[in-house]
Amino acid sequence: MSDTQKDISPSRRAFLRGAAATGVGLAAGSASAQGTPDPLITEKQDWAMTTGAGVDETPYGLPIKYEGDVIRRNVPWLTADPISSINFTPIHALDGTITPQGCAFERHHSGAIELKKEDYRLMINGLVDQPLVFTYADLERFPRENRTFFLECAANTGMEWAGAQLNGAQFTHGMIHNMEYSGVSLRTLLEEAGLTAAGDLSDKWVYVEGADASSNGRSIPMEKALDDVMVAFKANGEALRMEHGYPVRLVVPGWEGNMWVKWLRRIEVTAQAVEGREETSKYTDTLADGTSRKWTWVMDAKSVVTSPSPQSPIAHGTGPLVITGLAWSGRGAITGVDVSKDGGKTWEKARLAKPGEKMALTRFYLDTDWDGSEMLLQSRAHDETGYVQPTKAQLREVRGENSVYHNNCIQTWHVKANGEAENVEVSS
Amino acid sequence: MSKFLPKLMTATALAATLSIPAFAEGFGLGRPALPEEITAWNLDISPNGDGLPVGSGSVEDGEMIFSENCAVCHGEFAEGVDNWPKLAGGDGTLADKDPLKTVGSYWPYLSTVYDYVRRSMPFGNAQTMSDDDVYAITAYILYSNYIVEDDFVLSNENFLDVDMPNADGFIVDDRPSSEYTIFTEENACYENCKDNVEITKRATVLDVTPEEEGTDQAAAEPVAEAAPVEVAVAEEAPVEAPTDVVSAAFDADLAAKGETVFKKCKACHQTGEGATNKTGPVLNGVFMAKVAHVDGFKYSNDMLGAHEAGAVWDEAHLAEFLAKPKSVYAKTKMTFAGLKKDSEIAAVIEYLKSVSQ
Repeated sequence: MSDTQKDISPSRRAFLRGAAATGVGLAAGSASAQGTPDPLITEKQDWAMTTGAGVDETPYGLPIKYEGDVIRRNVPWLTADPISSINFTPIHALDGTITPQGCAFERHHSGAIELKKEDYRLMINGLVDQPLVFTYADLERFPRENRTFFLECAANTGMEWAGAQLNGAQFTHGMIHNMEYSGVSLRTLLEEAGLTAAGDLSDKWVYVEGADASSNGRSIPMEKALDDVMVAFKANGEALRMEHGYPVRLVVPGWEGNMWVKWLRRIEVTAQAVEGREETSKYTDTLADGTSRKWTWVMDAKSVVTSPSPQSPIAHGTGPLVITGLAWSGRGAITGVDVSKDGGKTWEKARLAKPGEKMALTRFYLDTDWDGSEMLLQSRAHDETGYVQPTKAQLREVRGENSVYHNNCIQTWHVKANGEAENVEVSS
Repeated sequence: MSKFLPKLMTATALAATLSIPAFAEGFGLGRPALPEEITAWNLDISPNGDGLPVGSGSVEDGEMIFSENCAVCHGEFAEGVDNWPKLAGGDGTLADKDPLKTVGSYWPYLSTVYDYVRRSMPFGNAQTMSDDDVYAITAYILYSNYIVEDDFVLSNENFLDVDMPNADGFIVDDRPSSEYTIFTEENACYENCKDNVEITKRATVLDVTPEEEGTDQAAAEPVAEAAPVEVAVAEEAPVEAPTDVVSAAFDADLAAKGETVFKKCKACHQTGEGATNKTGPVLNGVFMAKVAHVDGFKYSNDMLGAHEAGAVWDEAHLAEFLAKPKSVYAKTKMTFAGLKKDSEIAAVIEYLKSVSQ
């Protein structure tokens, strides 16, 4: 526990800063100085006397400098290089449910490309009545829809299969974001090309492919393609960011992020799954006996406490404490979240900030009075299908220990008496 | 609405989703795709061989092509370098702890190998191989996995005759029966769910979490203040870039263009603060440095010889190397074929000057 490495760990540093600023262990409410007037109130401050920045200071604004640590971060040892790699959303520092594009995680297989709208082409070919090519301007003329969905990488929490590894919600659960997309339904585009030539649609597929050098492609059953898949060009009201597939990406609600093809350039109606690299050698799940599951598209219900957590320790001492986190399910709406403070011995129901929305993040809160004792904090999601988020032990019992993807287990944070938190695994 | 898995759908739900409304007459948007356009993009290959081009390639040719184009990351024997994927080995390890998943031990379809190599490889130089070269590379990968002999020639004719060892190793997602029946409301406990709880593993013991550089900088000097400057350099030509910090001949505008072109090089080369040797050496300070100047990088003998002879990366030498690397150093480990446009070469050299201050 207490060795030199520990002393330089991020949570330790973050915690110490918090402690220095507010005085951990003292009663909550450090701004109320007993008897001594607060100079921030009694003395005239610069910002109350001089003028601030003008309106055009930042034509497109970034967060104020004091929020400079709320950024995406990566784990260099995970991948061979930063071009075909991934980073993580700072979920420990965010609230609400919408992820700002600027800190929403990135995953590229051949780097993020700069593709102009003017150079953008989308082809629909294969078993369609009339193969078509659309420009970006064409896409904007189809009836549009606005829908909010989470995108979770199938590998989110994958590093935790073998045990507690990464010390922070950003790293254990940050391969996720949640945005409001504007675009056209894939069904509309497929109907424009005509599906009569495809005959019986129940056994047909749609192969989708990106324009970048990785040529990432995935096969989607026609039934899903005609259900709720979107061809999106805006997120959270503005153009997609380069790193999220500008100018056009696919949105596949509730299904693993790899299928949400970025820089979407081609949609092919096929009679079979293409079984490309990303749907055979990757994004398949090997079980204990060596056989592997394929076509494991849907992301099951999952949740995590985002604060307190290793990067967001309790810095205010005992008293009122907001425990908060995120829950989501690829199979529908979240109907409830339970929180345990004792590592799963007892559970209480958290409060949902809003009723759960299908395949979108749900924010939960547990408003509590912390007595300063240690906690083993966990959260557990319920979705509308009656599914309840399992423990890691339950998942291992079914799948063994060689899985990488689809780890939706219950996460445990060990919150210590000093407010510091650590990623731990507990006995079942 | 849980109708994601085709196997679980009711007939009615399926019919509802898959029926196309009679009023769908279309919007008349877009234009017909031309046959040449479809040929150019419709490259995917299916397990039954649909999409395979006519052609062939031998293990023998494949070994040479692989060595030149693939071995820098995947190893001469497809054994993988550093964190790059291993393509051979791992036979019989799938049920072990830490299975080794390679083309031989894991991939169920040979079509996936051909399809992926042809469309997505080599990394940073994709879609530059001929169809025959891709057959040869595929044949060599099979050979390196002991699936074919050294005199084997792979073609579209015999492609489906190759037996992939793990072809039967996959099942379709069975979570509905194996998991959804267990992880249920009925089984969710609220009180006295276990007698005692012990911590069995701790992340800080392993200590593999990256340092939060952003946090440190925020304390000393906020990164948000520095960020806009970086954005400006990357996205707009910094016309007003301070020229006093660089040599008189330095063209900041051109260097900014070069930084964009340099993305092609980033797969293997790092620059800037904290850069380390990767597949290729760090390029900080390369301009006007001696050839093979970076400590700790294993250069080709060609380059080491030039180093001994005192060769320097001046403008002219960089230009000829960037145009066609192998014509200057035949044994260079750099697999990149070269930059085709003189304007790109000039821009990259200018960029390299900017990281050589």
